[in-house]
Amino acid sequence: MRYDEIFAAMLKRAKELLADGTVNRVIGWKRGEFSYDVTPAVFETPEELDAGFVYDAFCGANVSKYLIRESEKPGRILCFLKPCDSFSFNQLLTEHRIRRENVYAVGIPCEGMADVKRIRAAGIDGITGIREEGERFIVSTLYGEESMDRREALAERCLCCKSKRHPVFDELIGDEGEDAPDDARFAEVARLETMTAEERFDFWRGELSRCIRCNACRNVCPACTCENCVFDNPASGISQKAAADSFEESMYHIIRAFHVAGRCTDCGECSRVCPENIPLHLLNRKFIKDIDELYGAYRAGDKADARNPLVNFTEGDAEARIVHERGKA
Amino acid sequence: MQKIGVFVCHCGTNIAATVDVKAVAEALGREPSVVVSQDYTYMCSESGQNLIKDSIRDYGLTGVVICSCSPRMHENTFRKAAAQAGLNPYMVEIANIREQCSWIHKDKAEATEKAIILGRAAIAKVQLNTPLIAGESSVTKRALVIGGGIAGIQTALDIAEAGFPVDIVEQKPTIGGKMAQLDKTFPTLDCSACILTPKMVECAQNENIRILSYSEVESVSGFVGNFTVKIRRKARYVDETKCTGCGLCTEKCPVKKVPNEFNLGMDNRRAIYIPFAQAVPKIAVIDADYCNMLKNGKCGVCSKVCTAGAVDYKQTDTFVEEKYGAIVAATGYEISDVSRYDEYAYSQSKDVITSLEFERLTNAAGPTGGTLLRPSDGKHPHTIVFIQCVGSRCTPEKGKPYCSKICCMYTAKHAMLTREKYPDTDVYVFYIDVRTPGKNFDEFYRRAVEEFGVHYIKGAVGKVAPRADGTLEVQASDLIMNEQLHISADLVVLAAAIEPSKSARSLATLLTASMDTNDFFTEAHPKLRPVESPTAGVFLSGMCQGPKDIPETVSQASACAAKVIGLLSKNKLTGNPCVAHSDELMCNGCSNCANVCPYGAITYSDKEFRMPDRTTKTRRVAWVNPAVCQGCGACTVACPSGAMDLSGFSNSQIMAEVDAICK
Repeated sequence: MRYDEIFAAMLKRAKELLADGTVNRVIGWKRGEFSYDVTPAVFETPEELDAGFVYDAFCGANVSKYLIRESEKPGRILCFLKPCDSFSFNQLLTEHRIRRENVYAVGIPCEGMADVKRIRAAGIDGITGIREEGERFIVSTLYGEESMDRREALAERCLCCKSKRHPVFDELIGDEGEDAPDDARFAEVARLETMTAEERFDFWRGELSRCIRCNACRNVCPACTCENCVFDNPASGISQKAAADSFEESMYHIIRAFHVAGRCTDCGECSRVCPENIPLHLLNRKFIKDIDELYGAYRAGDKADARNPLVNFTEGDAEARIVHERGKA
Repeated sequence: MQKIGVFVCHCGTNIAATVDVKAVAEALGREPSVVVSQDYTYMCSESGQNLIKDSIRDYGLTGVVICSCSPRMHENTFRKAAAQAGLNPYMVEIANIREQCSWIHKDKAEATEKAIILGRAAIAKVQLNTPLIAGESSVTKRALVIGGGIAGIQTALDIAEAGFPVDIVEQKPTIGGKMAQLDKTFPTLDCSACILTPKMVECAQNENIRILSYSEVESVSGFVGNFTVKIRRKARYVDETKCTGCGLCTEKCPVKKVPNEFNLGMDNRRAIYIPFAQAVPKIAVIDADYCNMLKNGKCGVCSKVCTAGAVDYKQTDTFVEEKYGAIVAATGYEISDVSRYDEYAYSQSKDVITSLEFERLTNAAGPTGGTLLRPSDGKHPHTIVFIQCVGSRCTPEKGKPYCSKICCMYTAKHAMLTREKYPDTDVYVFYIDVRTPGKNFDEFYRRAVEEFGVHYIKGAVGKVAPRADGTLEVQASDLIMNEQLHISADLVVLAAAIEPSKSARSLATLLTASMDTNDFFTEAHPKLRPVESPTAGVFLSGMCQGPKDIPETVSQASACAAKVIGLLSKNKLTGNPCVAHSDELMCNGCSNCANVCPYGAITYSDKEFRMPDRTTKTRRVAWVNPAVCQGCGACTVACPSGAMDLSGFSNSQIMAEVDAICK
């Protein structure tokens, strides 16, 4: 389905579900300061939907985390979940963070989301909108229309999309898709693994040195949902506000990667929102790859009642010695 | 601000030879909050303990650090001493400067520096210690014995004799285990069944013993004194309460060609069967893999002939859930697979057998009625070769690294009995060593050689080759005579290595009991606590802990029972105050902690919280049952938000220790 077709179907269903009382609110996306600056937003009436609700290739934001707070409110909320969003949603259900009965989830198909950073990198400025024409994106700008090969503009996470399937939904728009193989997803991690420890350390020092501790990665992350984050809790002994030195820059991201290990669905939101373009998703993907290799293939959010291998003990688990040996490599 | 006393132990020369204890005491005396720092030859001695007690009183100490051996050795000693001087016992911390320092270092300067660092870490921890008070838990006065061989039987009988109810869970349809399959027992040569079956009957008659045969442990939760165990009772398709054990069904069943496991497949039984004449309970069981009625609904003969109406083809597995104070693992052993040793031709010739098969071939209830006949043609064997250590004392690739312990003696028995009954038989035994430590054991072996003329040859068998005339050519070397031998044998008997029951590993996982690399259960201490597992409330009986003969098994089984009785006779167990607790304001309700808790100590509930804006919010939060928590700390590391913490080992205490070490 094309973005405009999906949008029309979403808008129609949203109005119907509001009208028949199934839901009393809708979480979707609205335009921000710029056309590509799209943020999740809640709409309560058909009029609000007509005025603000948008959906196009810039609507990459994952709304599942918002449902934690929204599902605590009275009434039921309608959400539209792309396949990768539905993995996050399912993981949050596993962790009992969302009240399922207060959410009506509609799965929407997705052929990938555009990455405005890549479009800009291609020399296109003054972006005012995006639409598709076959295998190309037409980007409208202040200076006229530009055409781009779709694959040139898609976000990295979409180029190696893990699944077109929704592990959880109440109803679907369009046809259900299938899981994709993982090879492409782990290619960059595999490349980092071939580096020597020093090279890899230099690589990460270089990337993480740009961190400004804006906390955007944490705030957007659907796995970072603690009532009281350790970085905000003075009692934790590791709370701090500024990336004062290189140790703290690294420590923040390493702790975060450990905290979401086994729970991260690889939605890629951390890298999308990073103003410094740090490839944070690679840290999480390394964990996912290791878990797959040590404990068998596992996808967080695939099954709502699944236990992630890091909080589960089975007879088939890799022996501690194997984990230790790999750690030294 | 704490007032901390530091006490550095010499442990004779155990510590003092490698660590400059005076320098340690002096250095630690300069640490913040330390008001007194002393060294002494034996801190655990009465005068050493008095030194600690006096210092607590004289200096008004609020915390104590003892630099000594592992806390496993003397933590309790020092905690008690502190308590006697009026200090909360959990204000005592041990810095292990023996096992983790003096014993593993050679350089005195290095070891001294490390001892000081370990002391500093303990001081840093004690700064954050708070007094803790231990709770109490009750004891369910019932024991579970897993395995109904001679080990399980003896343990159960002894526990029952002391007046406590016992359940025996046995996976086979009858208790008795391997001993029921043996013919005679060394070194006295009394009949195995004759001495075993009275004990089996005693189990059945003892009102404190309940036998759950044809059953398996499905799940285990809880902790010492309070285990809850779910037991699967496999479908027998025969109503236990109705079957009289008359055996008519086993005669009329038309399915006659089912390999009889009791005789190791050397003869056949029916699809409905009673394992052997003295089985306890003597109740028939239908083998669902062979029964025509269960497979395709055509037959029903057993049901028709059963006058008691006990046959029930619709029976399904049922579950029993019971609470126990103690659990005994008595899962026994199996004969390892010898078909992997191609050189001995076990899978090529019917006349190459294991020693257990030999037992059945000489047993009156065996496939040959007790006459020793070759399995291939039913003729008397005239030359028999016994090969020792098949799969025992091997490299890990070839077999088991350990000695199976019983083979030397039972082979001497086999050789002796063969020569006695069939004097025209030549008997050869190829051995690496003959190991006969035990009461009357060496005398027994010497009789085999000297009185019965068994040819004992030190050397290895290289190959057993089946020949066209039905004999087996045994190629071997005689290491003493230094010559190659070629023996034309009629029967070759392999002393196969024993190995722990296949079911042991999964059971160990259920019990959170540890195992060694050979899948034998490990003891809490190899010398001083040989019948307890390191998991409190789990005890070990018989072969599951290591190779043993019958007298040793029975001794260990009784020792194990004594430990169980000791536990069950207590009304209360003092708990461990070092338990986890959750900070409800930080808990996300994610269930990670409950998922990793091996004791099922964590539950969740919805709770109302007043928010800063005076609204009320319902949140799902964790609660740790302190009576169930064993303080393992798994939940504290699984908790993503840091809401879970462990008293006595709090996150901040551990971080303080790490900081002190890294300073």
